[in-house]
Amino acid sequence: MTSNFCNLKQLAVMGLFFVLAGLTGCASNTIPPDALLMKEPATEIRQRQARRYATTDEKQVIIAASQLLQDLGFNVENSAKDLGLLVVSKDRSAVDGGQVAGQIAVAVIFGVRMSVDKEQKIRASVVTCPSADRKAIDVRVTFQRLVWDDRGQLSKLERLDDPEMYQDFYIKLSKALFLEAQEVG
Amino acid sequence: MFANRFITFVLCMAFTPAAILSGCNSAPKVNEAEVSLKLRSIQTRSYDTTNANNALRVAMATLQDLGFVIDNADADLGTVSATKLDNAATKMTITVRARGKTEILVRANAQYRLHAVDDPIFYQQFFTAYSKSMFLEAHEVDAAAPGL
Repeated sequence: MTSNFCNLKQLAVMGLFFVLAGLTGCASNTIPPDALLMKEPATEIRQRQARRYATTDEKQVIIAASQLLQDLGFNVENSAKDLGLLVVSKDRSAVDGGQVAGQIAVAVIFGVRMSVDKEQKIRASVVTCPSADRKAIDVRVTFQRLVWDDRGQLSKLERLDDPEMYQDFYIKLSKALFLEAQEVG
Repeated sequence: MFANRFITFVLCMAFTPAAILSGCNSAPKVNEAEVSLKLRSIQTRSYDTTNANNALRVAMATLQDLGFVIDNADADLGTVSATKLDNAATKMTITVRARGKTEILVRANAQYRLHAVDDPIFYQQFFTAYSKSMFLEAHEVDAAAPGL
């Protein structure tokens, strides 16, 4: 009797173990409720990412942006002139000296090999649009990157929000267009 | 007693990888369960305008406001695709097409990680933002109606 009880208990434990193991096989794929919500107001993000140029030549703005992005090492992936869209990307090394030093230290102390970032793909899309009064062109650029570690696993998927990155882009675009950029509210 | 425990341990070790692998199957999910009329309704709104180009441009601006980077767009076909990277990838496609002579249909579908998004709140949030940028009111659509 005791032996049967033990077997049942063991079976129950095994069953629970397998169910838990099965559940861990799939990561949560339910979209979080705040997936579309931004942590800061849309106007602030727009101010950082967008500028207005006093020209009506949308094509000229897209061409200038494509030239600038080529200067920055990007390759054009896609474009749609009728919608004022330019999509670019570049693949670069993501090796960071600090990370590598950390990896070596952990390996020496704990004998464990930690993974470190190895490659990254930086993507950007430039969208132009005539302003409401049709007297200017609004330009908005957005950057994001994907990082892979030295085991080939995706280690980071992120938007790039550094204000300086955007400011630098528009300083160069203004020079290329011979026009002064205005902030878009 | 020891033998019992040993057998249990061995069985656990033997079946755990199988149990983990059975959590996901690797079938090519090309023909997934057909989208229900309800989901099509959730993903679609109609707007009283005929300017499809503007509707697409507004879709791109809305997606940028929501943190997406535009991947692709086609004015002739009326499509825009975009991806948001925020620890995980959310991919959205917006299509715009005319219905009749006075309105357009805007349909959005999304995937989060490896799954299609069917949460009505997600689409509600998107169309709320989109309608604000369009300065137009969105109309719910009857998915069973002709032309949808």
